[in-house]
Amino acid sequence: MLRIRNLKCFYGRIMAIKGISLSVAAGEITCLIGANGSGKSTLLSAVCGLLPDWTGEIELEGQSIKGLEPPAVVRRGISLVPEGRLIFPPLSVMDNLKLGAYTRYKKRAANAVEADLESMMSLFPILRERFRQPAGTLSGGEQQMLAIARALMARPRLLLLDEPSMGLAPMIVEKIMEVLEVLRSGGLTIVLVEQNALAALEAADRGYVLETGAVVLQGAADELLADKDVKRAYLGKDYGDFYDAG
Amino acid sequence: MNDKAHKIAYAVFALAVILLGWQVDNQYYLQLMIFIGLNTLLALSLNMLMGYAGQISLGHAAFYGIGAYVTAILTTTYQVAPVLALPAAVGTAMLVAWIVGIPTLRLSGYYLGMGTLGFGMIVHIVLREWSSVTGGASGFVGIPPLEIGLVVFASGKNYFFLVWAVVLLCLIMCRRIIDSRVGRALRSIHDGEKAAAAVGVDTKKLKLQVFVFSAGMAALAGFLYAHLVYFISPGTFSFVASIRIVTMVVIGGMASIWGALLGASLLTLLPEWLHAFSEFEMVVYGLILMGVMIFLPRGLTRGVLDVYERYRKNHDR
Repeated sequence: MLRIRNLKCFYGRIMAIKGISLSVAAGEITCLIGANGSGKSTLLSAVCGLLPDWTGEIELEGQSIKGLEPPAVVRRGISLVPEGRLIFPPLSVMDNLKLGAYTRYKKRAANAVEADLESMMSLFPILRERFRQPAGTLSGGEQQMLAIARALMARPRLLLLDEPSMGLAPMIVEKIMEVLEVLRSGGLTIVLVEQNALAALEAADRGYVLETGAVVLQGAADELLADKDVKRAYLGKDYGDFYDAG
Repeated sequence: MNDKAHKIAYAVFALAVILLGWQVDNQYYLQLMIFIGLNTLLALSLNMLMGYAGQISLGHAAFYGIGAYVTAILTTTYQVAPVLALPAAVGTAMLVAWIVGIPTLRLSGYYLGMGTLGFGMIVHIVLREWSSVTGGASGFVGIPPLEIGLVVFASGKNYFFLVWAVVLLCLIMCRRIIDSRVGRALRSIHDGEKAAAAVGVDTKKLKLQVFVFSAGMAALAGFLYAHLVYFISPGTFSFVASIRIVTMVVIGGMASIWGALLGASLLTLLPEWLHAFSEFEMVVYGLILMGVMIFLPRGLTRGVLDVYERYRKNHDR
């Protein structure tokens, strides 16, 4: 569904991504894991049109999205759940959700949007309770759910999530991963960027490991989970454990 | 506030305007209230830009001035009917805003403040120095009264009703914009441009549109001002005037249409009330503004609401 070939991203004269190629199959959860500064978020920004300075190719269903502005990317069917959630704190939960559907109103989609609001609230019941509350009063986990729901309001075919587990309790992370699996079984394609490699790989079908702007490992998620290098570097298994097992 | 509360507020507002206009015969008070109306328009226009979209402008008086001077030149020098000069005045300001906005709105925060400040100063200097057209520093004399059809808006009362009808219309229009899909997008820009872009809001285009809209509304106030006083001079549209509009918005309460009304009223009335302090007038004026900002940092509207809510909570217990 999404194919990236030899992507190089620049911040001024610094090259943050040094030639990454990857592909995301439709209906799968693909996760990108890696430490700080490995280029995960940069890659998502490039896909969404938020970072104009890149070379290489990014194709969605065979069509290049080079040079598209963010609104056009959203209209093509790609939604981003940004890092740090970036909800709109003074706006009500309802307004946040409706903003997610910003690109859809032109097509006289008012009824469909209402229906989607309803389905978001059955997916995340807490949002129904908080419907008229300012989004800033929500807890971290609730804000993350709101951010995901907001992205879904655009009816994407490809959902990109940037560190959805950041700063959340393990129980809530689990809940969010469950929701992602529900969405996948509904036919949505998902790209998940995570530092929390364990949670991400458990939910994902395929994984890519990034290091300083390049892919160093890739494969099926369960293979990566079992991989020695991944275990040592990202799953927090200590060295003793590692040598014993090896 | 919900829809119903707003409708009640409009009704109360309209009633108050009618009662005031009907009861007050004193020319001085009528004039004062007309100025409150004009300042409300200015504050409202800047509030759309600053309070809702979060884009500061320190040169808003420039659009006020463009509105006033375009109608002055057209109606006096070229004998155009004021009704026809209105679209020209508003249109010119919007066109200028569009041209200025494209490069300027790439800036944000302090830098946008500086950019708009510079623009305001340029317009002020042009009005002052281009004397063959604008009359220069000594001002522009002999602007005709406003005529619409057979009605001449010359007396204080006529003009009072005209200005406040325009204010009411603008309040309703702004409210409707804020509550719409576009209004939500505007508010989202205020909270985070990157997040707004991520949900698909075309932030550049929207910022430019609200800037142009805001300029048009300020020019409308300028048009009404020129036909009210028949004489305009560049001093009215200087840097200080821009700052006064910003103060009205901040004191009244950002992101509130009623805040514009409150801020404009307070800042128009205060200097009149403070004449009693004679030479200490400006000192007291400054102290009051400081007091408001210290004790009601989110402006009068929000501050009054907060006090009311606290009072209600205490009584519920």
